[in-house]
Amino acid sequence: MPVRIGVVVFPGSNCDRDTVHALALAGAEPVALWHEQATLEGVAAVVLPGGFAYGDYVRAGVIARFSPVMRAVSAFAADGGLVLGICNGFQVLAEAGLVPGALLRNASLRFAGQEVAIAAERLDTPFTHALARSGLLRMPVAHGEGRFYADEATLDALERDGQVLFRYVSPAGDPAGPDDPGNPNGSLRAIAGVMNAAGNVAGLMPHPERASEAILGSDDGFAIIRSLVESAARAATEPGPTAVAAGSR
Amino acid sequence: MTSFRFAVNVTPKPGILDPAGRAVEGGLGHLGLDGIHDVRIGRRAELTVDAVDEATARGIVERLASELLSNPLIEVFAVERLGAASSATSPAAVTAGEG
Repeated sequence: MPVRIGVVVFPGSNCDRDTVHALALAGAEPVALWHEQATLEGVAAVVLPGGFAYGDYVRAGVIARFSPVMRAVSAFAADGGLVLGICNGFQVLAEAGLVPGALLRNASLRFAGQEVAIAAERLDTPFTHALARSGLLRMPVAHGEGRFYADEATLDALERDGQVLFRYVSPAGDPAGPDDPGNPNGSLRAIAGVMNAAGNVAGLMPHPERASEAILGSDDGFAIIRSLVESAARAATEPGPTAVAAGSR
Repeated sequence: MTSFRFAVNVTPKPGILDPAGRAVEGGLGHLGLDGIHDVRIGRRAELTVDAVDEATARGIVERLASELLSNPLIEVFAVERLGAASSATSPAAVTAGEG
């Protein structure tokens, strides 16, 4: 039986169908979860998709954070449930305090809609275990507020504890500094994605679901979707902690 | 209950890059203005709270400001009292207070 994975639909979400499509390709049964519902219908994992939830007014993600479904997602995450936030979903997770840091206006002040190269820092997490050992992952970004920010002490702690999941990289594979063209938004320490300390909640600005089939120009993102689906399937059959604790690499 | 009018001013924390502020600084030369620096762009919300007294109203505003209008990781806020308290039972007075 395919594993059921929830995709939250906020008013203003616009990558929910792409995410549903990619999850189904990876063998899951996607379940759309409306923002006003207070239960997650027993899904084994949740994806917060890209878009502009509630118009992104005030700050991207902040109003979505107070929706009934997010109370359920927070409780699910606290219980060790797998949650992945993509783009706007990452912004919602950051505003909710479910992952560290904040996503600020792009340093360029321009909306960044382009292909980027990222590299996974860890291949032993529920979100990355299906990734090939080496190499860059090409996938699009599409955001105006994606500049990862945390204070220096927090950045040091994230690196020390293995909570940096993805970085923007140059064609040579080196982390792309804030002024490097490979860093689309000026993210500090080139951070494109992070995890919580427990390792069961992750967010990233690039869009793996938009790079999940060769016909889209890249299927580099599909291994991230497949990692989540496989991890969720394991969680569904073996109840108990599924997360890889950060820092255990 | 009495109506209290407040403003909440939110600005980027000191030290955080504010690209909008930089863009404004970059435009100053075209305006022919000199001597302006350290521009920080924030946002302002004005609102009316019905509460038993001003301290209670201010507490409500501070909760809104800290939990929604600002993100403590990246922003600071200041609550500002606007106008005089007006009775909620007098719509005219409330309207005047909102003007």
